[in-house]
Amino acid sequence: MPGARSERRVSLYQFLVAPFVDYGFLRRALVACFALGLGSGPIGVLLMLRRMSLMGDAMSHAVLPGAAIGFLVAGDLSLPAMGFGGLIAGLGVAVLSGLVSRSTPLREDASFASFYLASLAFGVLIVSFRGSNIDLLHVLFGTILGIDSTALYFIGGITSFTIVVLAVIYRPLVVECFDAGFLRAVEGRGSVYHFLFLFLVVLNLVAGFQALGTLMAVGLMMLPAAVAQLWARTLPQMIAIATGTATASGFIGLVASYHLGFASGPTIILTASLIYAASLLLGPSAAIRRLMPRPHVAG
Amino acid sequence: MTRPIVRLRDVTVAYDRHPAVHHLSGIFLAGSMTAIAGPNGAGKSTLLKALMGQLPLASGSIEREALNPAEIAYLAQAAEIDRRFPITVGDAILLGAWRQTGAFRAVSRDSAAEARRALASVGLTDFERRSIGSLSAGQFQRVLFARLLLQDAKVILLDEPFTAIDTRTTRDLLELMQSWHREGRTVITVLHDFEQVRAHFPETLLLAREPIAWGPTATTMVHSNLHRAQLMAEQWDEEAEICQAQGRSAA
Repeated sequence: MPGARSERRVSLYQFLVAPFVDYGFLRRALVACFALGLGSGPIGVLLMLRRMSLMGDAMSHAVLPGAAIGFLVAGDLSLPAMGFGGLIAGLGVAVLSGLVSRSTPLREDASFASFYLASLAFGVLIVSFRGSNIDLLHVLFGTILGIDSTALYFIGGITSFTIVVLAVIYRPLVVECFDAGFLRAVEGRGSVYHFLFLFLVVLNLVAGFQALGTLMAVGLMMLPAAVAQLWARTLPQMIAIATGTATASGFIGLVASYHLGFASGPTIILTASLIYAASLLLGPSAAIRRLMPRPHVAG
Repeated sequence: MTRPIVRLRDVTVAYDRHPAVHHLSGIFLAGSMTAIAGPNGAGKSTLLKALMGQLPLASGSIEREALNPAEIAYLAQAAEIDRRFPITVGDAILLGAWRQTGAFRAVSRDSAAEARRALASVGLTDFERRSIGSLSAGQFQRVLFARLLLQDAKVILLDEPFTAIDTRTTRDLLELMQSWHREGRTVITVLHDFEQVRAHFPETLLLAREPIAWGPTATTMVHSNLHRAQLMAEQWDEEAEICQAQGRSAA
């Protein structure tokens, strides 16, 4: 029955596409999600392979006081001002904790933890000093539906820069993860690439900051990376899967939040978490397959 | 063949002001094959890293006679390499062509062919598409030796290359090291197995933070020297001796 089928197609269109056609702010949110996914996907995979998953989390908190000062200076939630402040603060914490771990017995993760806790407290203090509770909520959890075209250019610019730099320094980055001693031996300056990479991490957290807030920006990095590790065996596959997961989470999350009336940022991150949970159950190296081993002869 | 290639003058390397290698002087001759032996914590790995120029010296100097860094190859201890990293055997070996590719240039056809030959000569023909995570410890060590083959270095430094490696692989890889020796390369290896040292290495440096003996293996690996090294290891006291030479640090 052609009539019924076309009716069904219309409803699917209305379900998945119409919201973005009807509302400009949803369209901008979607483009922002795609841009964030393209940058955060590969960054997250590399972070995870470097065993720095929690470092990403710590960094995203460290961005807060800088963003808060940017908010104070600009007087409103302007992404460029807050982004610039956040970039300075994030890089500052990265460099400081690098110095601390080299000159004291504290390991890098411990010094990161102490710096980011201080940054988080300081940042919340600054925002609550001048702004309202609404502002604080926006800074912590983002306003993905409030992204304007300036913010979109800002995010797109960061994503393009990230992809170009990653493509250029891909080989030394991979070698540094795999066999750092080898890179030091042949190149003599592995730390240059380490700091360039940290710079990209901070940059992408700043990009994700207005969309998802300081507390959840890292979600679009680490959850897709975890999903990718469950499915893929090679690094290019992992990067492709992570990017796909991040962008799909953005799209599904926005659609779901539109129809269900949920807050958009958390819905996007929860979508990524659901994909992660599904991968845990169904992926090739999934927990469930280990619990129910098949006899290797019968298949 | 008797030209010195690395010359050490009163080298002291310290961690947190406590010396790990103490007042070491001597010469590695070009084309020599030397084992560095000694008890745990004797500073053997530290000395290798210092030879690579990766650690600041607390005193003394290391002269690498007209060697640029690309002519020294270094194989770290197995524990320092991430064996679960998602990289294929072929890609891991091609890193040995770093002198041609550097960080940014493309891999040439010649390098790729050479990588396949290297893989064949360590007995892993057709392994290039396998991921390194699927290899056994012995196979992985063969891959790292293939990478050394590709590096084609004048001086080759290895840190405990046979820890937790099966005997067959150890035998094959020792044979490979012998062939490097015959080709006139300088081979310096940290080893803890004294039998291997005696059987395969013409020269030995016996180290217990301070040099105990350095010279032909037959004269260095004698009971009295080994006993002295062991005694020094038993007397190590972390709180003891902050060396006088620490004041004048030369990076």
